Amino acid sequence: MSDTKNFMFLNRRAPYGTIYAWESLEVVLIAAAFEQNVSLMFVDDGVYELTKGQDTTGIGMKNFSPTYRTLGDYEVRHMYVDKASLEARGLSADDLVQVEWEDWETEESVDNIVEVVDSDRVAELLDESDVVFSF
Amino acid sequence: MKFSIQVNEGPYQHQASDSAYQFTKAALEKGHECFRIFFYHDGVLNGTRLTTPPQDDRNIVKNWTELAEKYDLDLVVCVAAAQRRGIVDDGEAERNGKDATNIAPKFRISGLGQLVEAAIQSDRLVVFGD
Repeated sequence: MSDTKNFMFLNRRAPYGTIYAWESLEVVLIAAAFEQNVSLMFVDDGVYELTKGQDTTGIGMKNFSPTYRTLGDYEVRHMYVDKASLEARGLSADDLVQVEWEDWETEESVDNIVEVVDSDRVAELLDESDVVFSF
Repeated sequence: MKFSIQVNEGPYQHQASDSAYQFTKAALEKGHECFRIFFYHDGVLNGTRLTTPPQDDRNIVKNWTELAEKYDLDLVVCVAAAQRRGIVDDGEAERNGKDATNIAPKFRISGLGQLVEAAIQSDRLVVFGD
């Protein structure tokens, strides 16, 4: 398996209420081990997955939101957030976690790989992907 | 064309598994290749041999098994999702100290790496679910 593909994980659902977001994250962590170009896209209620200050103590669910902040260590290079989805929910980039990324070999680093993009760019990015995992 | 299929919903509650089955069958009949069918989320529930639908209804699990027998398909149930939902084969029963198994014929339990590998190896990954 020498070929490298552009993997896009399209996250469309709120973090709690259904298990899709959590089990999507499990695939992302595995994909990292296969040395593919892994990006994540958050649209619709999926933008809630990245919100800061999640507290699940009242609902008896595991709070897995800290895992998103570690994705830079799993060689995820891009995390895109659909601007229209954010705005429709009264959210902005300030409400989202920041995710650092660093290349251990070259020491190249990015403070925050979370990027808010408009809908045209969302379409473009999906079009450029070889595989879209839709969750 | 070489396809892989991902099924994200359980049988009967949702039409995803039926649609995936119809798609796979049609693709194979047209001479396409199917590298793997991967069952994820509640989709793992398609892999229990204990389902007993009414006689005048389709048997979704049996449909998959028979299709797999005819075309030698690789039906893979995600292990992490299966453990959560109680889909068990001999190996899992032994590892987790369970007193029974329920995996259907031609299905096997394996890791998420199988899904990632399928996406790499196939021309198209087609996802069925909500």
